[in-house]
Amino acid sequence: MAETAYQGRLHLLQKDLMSQYYGELTAAAEGSGVPAAYLLIGGNPVELLRALDILPVYPEVNALQLAVKKQSLAHIQAAEGMGYSTDNCAYVKADIGLYFAGRKTPFATIPEPSLLLCNYVGCNVYLHWFDHLAEYTKRPTFHLDIPFIRNASGRPSSDDMAYVLRQLEQLVAVCEEIAGKRLDPQRLRRAVELSSQTGRLWSEIKHLTKSAPTPYDAYFDSVTMMAPLYCLRGTEEGLTFFQTARDEYAQMAADGKGPLEREDFRFVIEGPPPWPYLRVFRDMFARWNAVAVASTYSTVGGLWEFGFAHDPDHPMESIAEHLLTWNLTNRNFLQRYDQIDRYLKEWNADALVIHSVKSCRLFSAGQGDMRDYFTQRGVPTLLVESDLEDPRYFSEAQMRTRIDAFFESLAHRKLTAAASS
Amino acid sequence: MAYAAGVDVGSTQTKCVVLDEERRIVARALTDTGANVTRAAQRAFDEAIASAGMRRSDILCVVGTGYGRFKVTFGDFQITEISCHAKGACSMFPGTRTVIDMGGQDAKGIKVLDGEVLDFVMNDKCAAGTGRFLATAAEVLAVPLDAIGALALQARNPVRLSTVCTVFVESDIMAYLAQGKKVPDILGGIHSAIAARTVALVRRVGLEPEITFTGGVSLNVGMVRALEDKLGLHLNVCEDSHYMGAIGAAAFALERGLAHSTGNVA
Repeated sequence: MAETAYQGRLHLLQKDLMSQYYGELTAAAEGSGVPAAYLLIGGNPVELLRALDILPVYPEVNALQLAVKKQSLAHIQAAEGMGYSTDNCAYVKADIGLYFAGRKTPFATIPEPSLLLCNYVGCNVYLHWFDHLAEYTKRPTFHLDIPFIRNASGRPSSDDMAYVLRQLEQLVAVCEEIAGKRLDPQRLRRAVELSSQTGRLWSEIKHLTKSAPTPYDAYFDSVTMMAPLYCLRGTEEGLTFFQTARDEYAQMAADGKGPLEREDFRFVIEGPPPWPYLRVFRDMFARWNAVAVASTYSTVGGLWEFGFAHDPDHPMESIAEHLLTWNLTNRNFLQRYDQIDRYLKEWNADALVIHSVKSCRLFSAGQGDMRDYFTQRGVPTLLVESDLEDPRYFSEAQMRTRIDAFFESLAHRKLTAAASS
Repeated sequence: MAYAAGVDVGSTQTKCVVLDEERRIVARALTDTGANVTRAAQRAFDEAIASAGMRRSDILCVVGTGYGRFKVTFGDFQITEISCHAKGACSMFPGTRTVIDMGGQDAKGIKVLDGEVLDFVMNDKCAAGTGRFLATAAEVLAVPLDAIGALALQARNPVRLSTVCTVFVESDIMAYLAQGKKVPDILGGIHSAIAARTVALVRRVGLEPEITFTGGVSLNVGMVRALEDKLGLHLNVCEDSHYMGAIGAAAFALERGLAHSTGNVA
């Protein structure tokens, strides 16, 4: 069995920094007086909150942490007992269940929100999620309406931009009231500057997986780094973490070291991970000496590797750009194809794996067509299905058979290609 | 003469086949998988070699396949049933380009070339369109499972099934019986519904003749006819189609065993 456990300096640092972050959440829950805003990962405008000393809380991150720690099911079932459908998004159900269970998790006590900032409206379920939380918590909601990218150019119109900027002004006013102070332009500039530097480092880290062997797994290790990327972006600690990560992975790339002893297959992966079975899922690939060199899900909160960085000279405009253009969820399907296509070519991958999740039909819709699109272009493509949060949808034997069969045929293709060349 | 064995531990039944160097089947055995997977695999293997008067030491190599492949503890390699069905189908019918495999809980479409898998699709976490669905229907209608196919062929006015859910089909069948529908017409409708679902699934890999039908359900003449009607094509079926996974596993075992014994390990 290939060994996939790697604990470097950056992992220890991540543990420390995330414990510190969760400590702040617990302190807020226990009455520290620091306001907390719940927000969504898709294009998160966390810089605004940081500049006003409002703690960002991501219910999606809390839900996935519960799943990783195998504690999501009880909360999901509690929400189903309240009347939430079995077909409803399990992130939502785990979060609602957690809320009514006293918001206590093994990693933190989640504070009551001072504001419910629904910054991603591409998912109608998420809109209702935050509306339900507003009803339960009796706290104000701000729906930041981000128009979807709906043209082939992949660029928002000037009207879209003006529309989002106007809403951001309104959001600042709401946040100022909650924070009890005015937004200091210098604080905002600094938060955006930190975010900009963090984004550039993250982009560098992502380009390191072009090396063979790749220094880390661009799915399993990248999604782990999403926690500091969203929870700590716009802070000095967040920047320190990504400097450490860049240095460590750059060194590994220079030394020709990777997460596996041998790298036989490089794949690109689309879709969220099965958080309740992350280790099992990872080992299904590792036993084939297969490693992810790029993943779309690690861009769900922001896409930095294709040139975007926040601009401290234009803080509001770059926050709007991030929300509109530079995160996976707000992009159209042609852009998603293009993103995968670039990964396949520029990161030199052998195959595409699509992990479709039952919870999120909005994210998964079209993945069958995506499979056909890439298969027709000669890219070996595997589509597997389970869930990101609900352990009841992960069938280990079926998943293993599909993955084994896929790599069996891929191994044969490599063998015959080598023999004929 | 060298011999190799394949053991296919399926969700319902475990099959073992022994091939000789010329890829002729010299022994076969079939047993219910039951709760103890390792024991079922061992039982099928022991029965197969005993029927040919062989001992373990006569077998060059053993490959395990099927859901229980990792429980074939006496095996030398494990290969998925997808690769093995493709391999088996191509050894029996060398012109095979598409394999339709219907087992107890799986329906698969496999696109092959020269015995190698190019692409495959499977049903997702649902036993609709598989042997289990037919077994449920047979039980509700109180007809032996091996008789339903022939009865389905007698359908004059097949019913239109409103569900392909293995659980809800029971109440559907009860409703048809209450309406006075004839058993062959109900079975005709069931076979037609499963065939339509399977053809839609297999079309996703691109159906190309020749098509070889494997797995336990390939023994059902009603299903063979229903699939041929939907496809408008002839299906390759043989009396050993049920054993195709084990045949493929044994073919892999033979190749690997011979390569190993000659030092020519790929």
